[in-house]
Amino acid sequence: MTFDIGDGVDRAVNFILDNFSPVLDLIALAIGTVTDAIQSLLLAAPFALGLAIFVLLALWRVGIAFALFTGLSLLLVNHMNLWSPMMETLSLVLASTLVAMLIGLPLGIAMARNDRVASIARPILDLMQTMPAFVYLIPAAMFFGLGAVPGTIATVIFSMPPVVRLTNLGIRQVHVEFVEAGQAFGCTETQLLFKVQLPNAMPSIMAGINQTIMLSLSMVVIASMIGAGGIGNTVLTGIQRLDVGTGFEGGIAVVILAVILDRITQSFGKDRASVWRVFFQRTAQPQTVSTATA
Amino acid sequence: MALKYDPSNLDRPVKISIRNVFKVFGEQPEKALGQLKSGKTKSEIHASTGCSIGVNNASFDIHAGEIFVIMGLSGSGKSTMLRLLNRLIEPTSGTIEIDGQNVTQMKRSELIALRRRDISMVFQSFALLPNRTVIDNAAFGLEVGGMGETERKQRARAALKAVGLQGHDDSRTDQLSGGMKQRVGLARALASEPTILLMDEAFSALDPLIRAEMQDELVRLQSEQSRTIVFVSHDLDEAMRIGDRICIMQNGEVVQVGTPDDIVLRPANDYVRSFFRNVDVSQVFRAGDVARNTQVTIIERQGTSAAAALERMEHFDREVAIILGRDKTYHGMVSRNSLVETMKDGASDPYRRAFLVDIEPIPAAESLSAVLGTVASSAWPVPVVDEGNRYLGSISKSALLETLDRTV
Repeated sequence: MTFDIGDGVDRAVNFILDNFSPVLDLIALAIGTVTDAIQSLLLAAPFALGLAIFVLLALWRVGIAFALFTGLSLLLVNHMNLWSPMMETLSLVLASTLVAMLIGLPLGIAMARNDRVASIARPILDLMQTMPAFVYLIPAAMFFGLGAVPGTIATVIFSMPPVVRLTNLGIRQVHVEFVEAGQAFGCTETQLLFKVQLPNAMPSIMAGINQTIMLSLSMVVIASMIGAGGIGNTVLTGIQRLDVGTGFEGGIAVVILAVILDRITQSFGKDRASVWRVFFQRTAQPQTVSTATA
Repeated sequence: MALKYDPSNLDRPVKISIRNVFKVFGEQPEKALGQLKSGKTKSEIHASTGCSIGVNNASFDIHAGEIFVIMGLSGSGKSTMLRLLNRLIEPTSGTIEIDGQNVTQMKRSELIALRRRDISMVFQSFALLPNRTVIDNAAFGLEVGGMGETERKQRARAALKAVGLQGHDDSRTDQLSGGMKQRVGLARALASEPTILLMDEAFSALDPLIRAEMQDELVRLQSEQSRTIVFVSHDLDEAMRIGDRICIMQNGEVVQVGTPDDIVLRPANDYVRSFFRNVDVSQVFRAGDVARNTQVTIIERQGTSAAAALERMEHFDREVAIILGRDKTYHGMVSRNSLVETMKDGASDPYRRAFLVDIEPIPAAESLSAVLGTVASSAWPVPVVDEGNRYLGSISKSALLETLDRTV
């Protein structure tokens, strides 16, 4: 008897298609609604407004130099006529990151609290991360057709592992005395999670979210092969026509978006004391540091 | 082993009662426990089950309102013992009762209620939550217990004030010095007004001056409002300084429980003795501890002649004698010479006139360091009296040297 894995997978996919189409439709509807909402919001904003928002965000979270870089690089993107595709890509990234967090954070928490869940989830995460990204495109397209929805789903699968892993790791690495303090003062399990473990795991969780965003950005470009749209289309066109210039323009736009997203999301993990906050504190409440009986 | 009779705690009710408590770490606690009870050694148990023994058959009582210090080297099980009391670590067997309630049998919800109401804890590395301000850290226990924001902040502020830390309410904890951080830790523990305070090497991470200051602070807080404090330490000076009673642990076993005096004067074994190699005994001992009743004492009666007294002094080959009242109150000290002189004069009250003028009795509670000079410069043994002026014994130079030498 021969044993053909590829055959089996084909049959399983067909079985799911035949029997679970209402479920698939529901998933498609939910994800489609999210991506559509984000996309129409981002595309509705004129370039000037989008530019202003990005620059201000960069100034608040990172600093003046990075704000300058952000402004100039976005002007360049607009000059290349890639602003709309970039917003499309960004909306896909945001939608898939949102879904990845909705699934990944609870899964990471469950892994941290239960060794059995962790030992089951770990090989699955390995599989999700090491499988060549293109492979997800085929079943995604078969189940959900072409367009933004299968693109988002394939992206979610590819980009979710970091947030799961780093949430798990972050919670497990919370200093044992913090956990003991929480327990000793009478925390319930839920209180321990929300008042002690999650706040102290935040830097690690934010690093996970940052990695998920970066991975989803790289996947979204690939997902243009099944019609996800965005800058990926520009890159794809460049490849199909062997047009180096177009491909390079698309590449630059992806890099610019990546750098901006990376720096801004990283800053949330570091909880940077911004120039504004320090200034505000100094003027608002003069600190008295002389009362201890020490 | 039998615990020492301790009169100072008879009037205090038992707050925490620990009976036959074992803690085995590892995968097969039941098997290891069986082997332990059948007399196998720890290394044998570790070899056959992979388990290690944290606490081995601990039984003792902690009384209400005392500062009870658990002492031992690292790995002696003292921190484990402390965590068994509020079940941060689950005991493998045995019972722990707090106010007569069996903690080991409590359901999760009862345990949480107990921790919120009765027991709080202070940690070695402070364990202040870095995402909270000073006031929110101090209010943590109350917040977890469901108290409203205004009330819990008010009480946290009062607790911070009680530990001498005001004006830092909105500071981040990483802006504070070590001593200040532990004051916040103490305030957090006191805010819920617990009856039991567990302190795990609470002052070990502080530098020596701040440590002494915090110890005094703790004793002061205790004098204002009495709580039962269980204090884990590896430092005998600290234990002697703050402890009403001390429990010494070795390899998971309780070796000795007693007052600081008990521990120093009657150490149960060499392990206990090894702790006070470096202790300044003259600070630990009181005059009353060293006084020996080896001098001739003479009860003063009306109309007695000094001849009998002289006779006894000669018989015991003593140069001096202590003159006492019938109720053992100290009257004075005479020497053979001074007695002979007054007898030659034929005085009617021979003792009184023969008293050696340069001898002043020492109160028993005086620390040995304070009386070293007096004893060293006196030609005669120096008498020691209690607070009722009753004679307890005297300290001779040789007895003093012997005491100082014994523990060095």
